[in-house]
Amino acid sequence: MSLLNVTNLTMDFGGLRALDNINITVHENEIVAIIGPNGAGKTTFFNCITGMYTPTSGDILVNGTGGKTHRINGLKPNKVTEKGLARTFQNIRLFPDMTVLENVMIGKHCRTKASVIGAVFRGSETVQEEYEIVESSYELLRKVGLENSVNNLAKNLAYGEQRRLEIARALATEPVLLLLDEPAAGMNPHETKELDELIVRIRDEENIAILLIEHDMKLVMSLSDKIVVMDYGKQIAQGTPTEIQNNPEVIKAYLGEDFA
Amino acid sequence: MKLLTSFKKSFLVSIWFMFLTFPIMVIRVNPIEEIIEWRWWNMLLVGGCSFVLSLLGRYFLEKKELMAKRVADSGVIATTFKKRLFEQRAFAVPILIIISFAAIIFPFIFSTYQTSIMTTALIYVVLGLGLNIVVGLAGLLDLGYVAFYAVGAYSYALLNYHFGMGFWAVLPIGAGLGAVFGLLLGFPVLRLRGDYLAIVTLGFGEIIRLILENWNDFSQGPSGIANISRPSLFGTQLGLEANTVYLYFIMIGFMIFTIFVVNRLQNSRIGRAWIALREDEIACQAMGIDKTRTKLNAFALGATWAGMMGVVFAAKTTFINPASFTFLESAIILSIVVMGGMGSIVGVIVAAFILILLPEYLRAFSDYRMLLFGCIMVVMMVFRPQGIISNVRRTYRYGNNKGQDINHRETEEV
Repeated sequence: MSLLNVTNLTMDFGGLRALDNINITVHENEIVAIIGPNGAGKTTFFNCITGMYTPTSGDILVNGTGGKTHRINGLKPNKVTEKGLARTFQNIRLFPDMTVLENVMIGKHCRTKASVIGAVFRGSETVQEEYEIVESSYELLRKVGLENSVNNLAKNLAYGEQRRLEIARALATEPVLLLLDEPAAGMNPHETKELDELIVRIRDEENIAILLIEHDMKLVMSLSDKIVVMDYGKQIAQGTPTEIQNNPEVIKAYLGEDFA
Repeated sequence: MKLLTSFKKSFLVSIWFMFLTFPIMVIRVNPIEEIIEWRWWNMLLVGGCSFVLSLLGRYFLEKKELMAKRVADSGVIATTFKKRLFEQRAFAVPILIIISFAAIIFPFIFSTYQTSIMTTALIYVVLGLGLNIVVGLAGLLDLGYVAFYAVGAYSYALLNYHFGMGFWAVLPIGAGLGAVFGLLLGFPVLRLRGDYLAIVTLGFGEIIRLILENWNDFSQGPSGIANISRPSLFGTQLGLEANTVYLYFIMIGFMIFTIFVVNRLQNSRIGRAWIALREDEIACQAMGIDKTRTKLNAFALGATWAGMMGVVFAAKTTFINPASFTFLESAIILSIVVMGGMGSIVGVIVAAFILILLPEYLRAFSDYRMLLFGCIMVVMMVFRPQGIISNVRRTYRYGNNKGQDINHRETEEV
């Protein structure tokens, strides 16, 4: 069953066509990577499907939480998250002055419902909900290996840990599809390897499909079931890692005409 | 070597100050005898003072940096007074008992004048805590907070004047109107943040004041509304003195209520959403938080407190006019929040007392009030930019403990 179905997605910024007829399908338990040179439109694509931008034309369909198909073009980012798409950012966007645990607890916001009144009177329902938020958030931190810095401020974490915290926070929104924007950027080989294992574990244990943008080819090739290559806003190739490695179009985009 | 450079820099500072203050401190034109007095002694005084102050400033800054370095090096966080206050029950409880005892006997040992000043300070405490929701927690810089205060005050004044409604009847109405105006301001500024938001809220504050000043039929213009009735105790009107004490206790009650509510809010799902909004708006939305709702919530709740305090203010002074609701009031309330420490309840309370009580007791220096105010602000921002008592994030218990356990540790106790 396909979780995300993007058809003919086009995004114009004034006269500039940043995305041109993109078609991507992500199935259950699949890891799909989007690669391409800088400025190819990968992050723009992410921003379109997570509601940061409203695409000019095309359809984005999600079979999200609740089993219904939703068309999510132009929905606000928080609504998209409610439908089951969670994302991380290329330049880490944590809440720096909140604790690590609280960062993850924020992710639980859209799955809980305590109101102002509930918060003030703190009835048994709210207390129970808070308890569950804390416990499940801690559980997530344990999964990404941050259980020792639960009460530290997010800004005091090391770079690799911040990346993992962002993933934990995204997981807290209980997504069906996790979108990772360059999760390995700035990581050393050891951290990258840990990340590789973490992503596979998320897919296997949580049954969450993953769509990621990444420049680290080693990671991409070892990880993904399917790779989509973009260049100048166009989708130039799609296929398994081996197919992509031998695709002349892709080699041309990355290395220039002479090598094709 | 370091000492020499700091001497050199301080010397330059003093020269610069002498130069700057030369026209006002040294030259004095005497128009009667048509001569110019050259007061060179003043120049020396300015030079000397600025030299010493600059040296002291340098010394303290260096000491502060050294301390920070030492803490970072050793990795051990010293058990500060603040830490003990927040985390050790045995330490916090006696202090709380002493404070509450002092608060109860205060009006009976001090004069009506002192009680009245204290009531004013308490009003500002609650206003500060209200604005703290908007500025400190949600990070929405609101420079027109006084508008909601005015809304509350005028709603009591007008309802009392036209319909003879009492204090307790108008209190919820004032709060409600405050919230409505909060939403009215909130809607158009949803897309704005930072400086732009500050300018719009500043404008909003001025609009409300100008309407009150110019719409004579409605608000009686600059002459204001007089003879507003004081709050009644179970239907009986008290004398002036008894009423001051009564109002004092009403405000104590309000303060406790406010601390209770704000404390619970900031450690709740809603409070976390506000802080997330302050920290990173885009990430906050991507994590499934409805930005619109969260912002409006913050504006409305903050304004509710201002509305209520407006009602109390009108009942306390029994006379209001638009001059009580100038931008300066907004600035003072904002200073309370910033000086106290954004988002910190204890900090806001301490700052409110300092900023409201000090000018009252330093009446002798009233000419220099704004100068001192400015100096305090500058010194604060240099030495403690995080505020008097910065907010400590709550730590949670987790693992296999029972549900009720998580309520036991709060960063800031009531």
